[in-house]
Amino acid sequence: MSFLILGNAPNALEARRSFLGKSGLLLSGAAVALLAGQEALAKGGKSAASDVRILNSALGAELEAIAAYQVGADSGLLQKPVLDLALTFQGQHKEHAEILSKTIAKLGGKPVSAKDKYSFPTDTLKTQADVLRFAATLEKGAVSAYLGAVPVFGNRDLAKAAASILGDEAMHWAILRNALGEAPVPSAFMS
Amino acid sequence: MVRLAGMLAGIALALAAGAAPAASKDAAARADPKAGEAIYARCLACHALAYDRTGPRHCGLFGRRAGSVKDFLYSDAMRRSKIVWSEKTLDRFLANPLKAVPGTAMGYAGVTDRKERADLIAYLEQANASPECRKLP
Repeated sequence: MSFLILGNAPNALEARRSFLGKSGLLLSGAAVALLAGQEALAKGGKSAASDVRILNSALGAELEAIAAYQVGADSGLLQKPVLDLALTFQGQHKEHAEILSKTIAKLGGKPVSAKDKYSFPTDTLKTQADVLRFAATLEKGAVSAYLGAVPVFGNRDLAKAAASILGDEAMHWAILRNALGEAPVPSAFMS
Repeated sequence: MVRLAGMLAGIALALAAGAAPAASKDAAARADPKAGEAIYARCLACHALAYDRTGPRHCGLFGRRAGSVKDFLYSDAMRRSKIVWSEKTLDRFLANPLKAVPGTAMGYAGVTDRKERADLIAYLEQANASPECRKLP
């Protein structure tokens, strides 16, 4: 179901209220920002095409993260409540992927699909700590990737939305580090 | 306070990037692969040494023509770039990927600090000589 599709309904406001009330789905600021600015992007030419490429790279990484958390969840190595935490983080990556995919499509791009098979270093995952460390590596990489993407978006709404996702990934990273007994926030700046 | 001063110095260095080729040679000469390994953590959302992810593998990078890893889906821009990866071409690309190869799928602002680039490239060179990379076909 799409926010913009609802916005085109004859009585859009009422329809949207009804939708939100029935589904319990609330669009975050990031989601709204990602789906917004369509007109500006349509005028953007090269800049818009570049934005779509950046969004598609982000989508590819999010889809891989979803698969990685599934590997962790299926490994039998994660104990509650860590398992619940991993599934919560996976769910948030799914939310990122869904909104990125919709935004790419609305901008006229073709969202990348999840691969049939991903390569993960499963032979090195022997304990819960190994899984958490692997996930932390991916989350830290995601923070850096979004940090590197924010300044190069042509559309500032998209940059803002990417920064919002970056914040979520940074929280994942910090909590995974904390679960590993490491300083959750090791420095004042990210790079 | 000392950390803040260091950070600001780093930003100043970033702002001054591209100013002096001689300084670039100095950075390469002082390159620290250990420091480069930490910088490589920034790449790990999309890249790995030994296998393809959102980005292509880095084993076999030096001397490889850009866009040539088998079965990896590159952007048209990267496939047509005619770049052959070396210390020099990597340094230029990593400084500003979107400027170096307009249309690249690597939507990343770049590693603006020249010393950090030199460290990262030194790490990639070291990693390419590691058993993990050398055992690959």
